[in-house]
Amino acid sequence: MSSTSNTSTHHTSTIGAIGAPSRRNTELALLVFAVVIPVFAYANVGLAINDQVPSGLLGYGLGLGLLAAVGHIVVRKFAPYADPLMLPLATLLNGIGLVAIWRLDQSERLQARDTFVEAAPRQLMYSAMGLALFVAVLIFLKDHRVLQRYTYISMALSLFLLLLPLVPGLGANIYGAKIWISIPGIGTIQPGEFAKIVIAVFFAGYLMVKRDALALASRRFMGLYLPRGRDLGPIIVVWAMSILILVFETDLGTSLLFFGMFVVMLYVATERTSWIVFGLLMSAAGAVGVASFEPHVQQRVQAWLDPMGEYLKSKEGLIGHSEQSAEALWAFGSGGVLGTGLGQGNSDLIGFAANSDFILATFGEELGLAGVMAILLIYGLIVERGVRTALAARDPFGKLLAVGLSGAFALQVFVVAGGVMGLIPLTGMTLPFVAYGGSSVIANWALVGILLRISDTARRPAPSPAPNPDAEMTQVVRP
Amino acid sequence: MSELTLTVMRLGFLAVLWLFVIVAVQVIRSDLFGTRVTQRGSRRENARPQQAARQQATPPPQRQQSSSGGRQRRGAPTKLVVSEGTLTGTTVALQGQTITLGRAHDSTIVLDDDYASSRHARIYPDRDGQWIVEDLGSTNGTYLDRNRLTTPTPIPLGAPIRIGKTVIELRK
Repeated sequence: MSSTSNTSTHHTSTIGAIGAPSRRNTELALLVFAVVIPVFAYANVGLAINDQVPSGLLGYGLGLGLLAAVGHIVVRKFAPYADPLMLPLATLLNGIGLVAIWRLDQSERLQARDTFVEAAPRQLMYSAMGLALFVAVLIFLKDHRVLQRYTYISMALSLFLLLLPLVPGLGANIYGAKIWISIPGIGTIQPGEFAKIVIAVFFAGYLMVKRDALALASRRFMGLYLPRGRDLGPIIVVWAMSILILVFETDLGTSLLFFGMFVVMLYVATERTSWIVFGLLMSAAGAVGVASFEPHVQQRVQAWLDPMGEYLKSKEGLIGHSEQSAEALWAFGSGGVLGTGLGQGNSDLIGFAANSDFILATFGEELGLAGVMAILLIYGLIVERGVRTALAARDPFGKLLAVGLSGAFALQVFVVAGGVMGLIPLTGMTLPFVAYGGSSVIANWALVGILLRISDTARRPAPSPAPNPDAEMTQVVRP
Repeated sequence: MSELTLTVMRLGFLAVLWLFVIVAVQVIRSDLFGTRVTQRGSRRENARPQQAARQQATPPPQRQQSSSGGRQRRGAPTKLVVSEGTLTGTTVALQGQTITLGRAHDSTIVLDDDYASSRHARIYPDRDGQWIVEDLGSTNGTYLDRNRLTTPTPIPLGAPIRIGKTVIELRK
């Protein structure tokens, strides 16, 4: 048998790469790299701002290193065959996010604001909580297929989480969006971030059962496969749900994220391009419809179409106009190709939400196009690993869940990065792992944990040979 | 801090960031470009004539004996490939383990197929390393080529095993 596996190493790495080595040492090396880069960035910021290596260097370096080490040890123990790249990539993003938040904490302009709080220590704490959830997912979720049992419970739970911010007394309306709930003593939580994961479980479980009906029972019309009315039901329900979120919580981003994720998973489950056409048409109709009567959404669209005009109106003191879109574009512009250098930009002029929704503008100004491209590529690599995991998975539920989670991750990056860069209207979403925000960091660590669990199951060599009844019956001694 | 130092650090940081991206891409390069999709066709064509010739030359029982002796290592299959059905393209490396097929979630290959039973069939190596397929009392049967299996049967290289809409075969 050993010689069989020797010959197979010459031409493995087909789809699935089953029987591949666990590659945990590769992961360790990359993790060390991923911790060193933020430490370098941290020292760079300190040198640029105060001419000295910041005193907290050891603390942040050790903190991030400790998180990475705990993550690595748990993966080594509980998911030894998991993908070697996802943990280092997520750690790097978390690390440079911490540096950018710390850098904005040092800004005197932001310190002068009356709502100023030191965000970096909190973000480090949230990262630790996120990693704790990541560890819990890997330890307690032995097999992702268990989640399949909770298909409809997931649906109920995700609806519950989505509706929580609308409960009077619990929901908090912060800057025009009702997506937070405030719990006294803990702070505000964004349940939508967690609902994203739970609803992916529901979609995966539902589509696995219904995909034949959705794919096969359809009529052909003008080159498109039109599904039957009764099969169209679920997509209409999800569409209506995301529109309702948009209307009542005025949260364009979450609504886009949910609907987009459902369309992606429908397409993957049924291989019918017509779903994508329908999805785009329906989301366009929904967005136009809501934008025509919802003032909050109208403002965002106006700021997208005419950022400079809105900037001037805002400076005149008119209510309901945002100067941030224009300021983010200026930040990108003054960064140029190579950036101004860490700690030497003026992205803190954005003021409110500079370290959460607009954190990409800080990277755009201080690292330039080159740095932003690298960061977007790192996001792309995480998504690629997720889709790769889906290809390698041997069960349809795992495939759909991995596609859904990585699709949601990709959509979130697209929605927020596109919003900040002026490609689409800006929506209040956080850049995963990088932006300041507890719920987002914690939920995304859990998401990576589930993806690692699926990839561990997919890449794990099949179980050791079962005792063969034939082999034990007769013993033949061969020369 | 001098302008020069800061410029060096700025460019250095970008270089390090990109180095990380490149290293990460190197790690997955084998996954991206190492798929056998292009070579699969040629290998199959190479394998087919050999196998046909072998089958013509000797009747099946002797062939197994001879393959377990002299030519075993060269002719032994190293992977199981799903060639038709929803899981097309999935491969499992054969390393002496038992492979179970069926709709049950804990199967090695989970078939999403109304014609498959929960525990439909299993594929395992016998003592000589010959791979055997056994139907586990499925409702709709397991077919090797055109024949419905009634007893555990050795699998010739490249022979299609059909379960419902799914077809799998062993390849070198």
